[in-house]
Amino acid sequence: MIVIVDYGLGNLFSVQKAFEILGAPVKISGTAEDIHTAERIVLPGVGAFGDGMEFLRTKGLDRALTEEVIGKKKPFLGICLGLQFLAETGEEHGEHRGLGWIKGRVRKLAAEKQGLKIPHIGWNELTMVRASPMFTGINPDADFYFVHSFQLQCADPTDLVATATYGEKITAAVERGNIFATQFHPEKSQDNGLKLLENFIQWNP
Amino acid sequence: MLKVRLIPTILLKDGRMIKTRQFSEYRDVGNPRTVAKVYDAQRADELIFLDITATVENRHFLFDIIAAVAQECFMPLTVGGGIRDVAQARAILTHGADKVAINTAAVERPAFITELAKKFGNSTVVVSIDYKKNAKGKNEVFTHRGTHPTGLDPVAWAKEAQKLGAGEILLTCVDREGMMTGYDLETLKQITSSVSIPVTASGGVGTIQDLVDGIVIGGASAVAAASIFHFTDQSIFKAHSHMKQKGLSVRK
Repeated sequence: MIVIVDYGLGNLFSVQKAFEILGAPVKISGTAEDIHTAERIVLPGVGAFGDGMEFLRTKGLDRALTEEVIGKKKPFLGICLGLQFLAETGEEHGEHRGLGWIKGRVRKLAAEKQGLKIPHIGWNELTMVRASPMFTGINPDADFYFVHSFQLQCADPTDLVATATYGEKITAAVERGNIFATQFHPEKSQDNGLKLLENFIQWNP
Repeated sequence: MLKVRLIPTILLKDGRMIKTRQFSEYRDVGNPRTVAKVYDAQRADELIFLDITATVENRHFLFDIIAAVAQECFMPLTVGGGIRDVAQARAILTHGADKVAINTAAVERPAFITELAKKFGNSTVVVSIDYKKNAKGKNEVFTHRGTHPTGLDPVAWAKEAQKLGAGEILLTCVDREGMMTGYDLETLKQITSSVSIPVTASGGVGTIQDLVDGIVIGGASAVAAASIFHFTDQSIFKAHSHMKQKGLSVRK
């Protein structure tokens, strides 16, 4: 069973439906029990960094996630804010502590200083930094759908799998062992996105 | 590189898709689910649904349509129409929408923009601005589907909406809506150069060149259209290919 972690904000419906279409048993849940029994864990994301982390801590979900993902090495997929939570620190509306699974900070996009619009909204193409089984069957310069104003700046370059360009190089995908996360939304990226989710279902890190 | 977005707009009333001219002369143009599937297959970059259903009793049609579309189309969906509080916005989002568009409620209570932005993130909040020329020949923001004058200048209101937490502006020129004579490029340019958030141009597209003009001349980040895809033989494919020919960066 894939468990999609619910922290009370935004659209989890599309992620759930995408896995259903791909034939994977899936459940949306906001309880630590379900995280403990999950085979694979998806942390989607909309909302703000501080509020989201606060919710995970209040419900004890941060501990459950760390036990299962860091302790038991369950395959993990973070999406958008679900990628940013992996950082050590987030700078959205003040400084907040993240899960700290990926070294680095979540910073505001620098694009605004260059006259580019913020949020970064729309389809942008990827540049692969290194090969990853999660991109099997996907063109290396494929377009994916982004919608965000912050990004995770990796302190360890070996965590970085793909970037996109928006005024600066931004982190598009990270991977570290059994942890994989995307800044873009695979569940909103039509065929390329569904392929990536299918790769996640089959991923054995 | 970020691609420009081409967004078909689907106007809803009591569960059907309709078309209007200058916000009146309603025509039933089909089943919104079928139309959304076609746009998805033609690789539209996003979809916008605006519901103008008159009665609260018929609002369930909207939830059914959004849920049905979100099950079949794995692409970004913006949904607007009569959203007045956080609970209604949340209901729209949990049925599969990614962004909510607010219009009348934002003008009546600007703090609503901030409430939504704090709850769901700025990028989830689209402030939809309808404007037309008033009796004095000046642009004025109208609410309640273009019927209530507000005394607001669209440029000033767009700046205010950004300050309050809007992640995007959906800008509709009521005078042009359904007329197929092109966007009001002058106002569009004024607004895109006054805000630092993306603006989607809407109202007036009659040719695929109008889409290019909206981006190149008007400075829009995204271009929305409806009539051209219904009443002409132009498709999303043809529009994308024309935009690419004109040197715009479109999705592969």
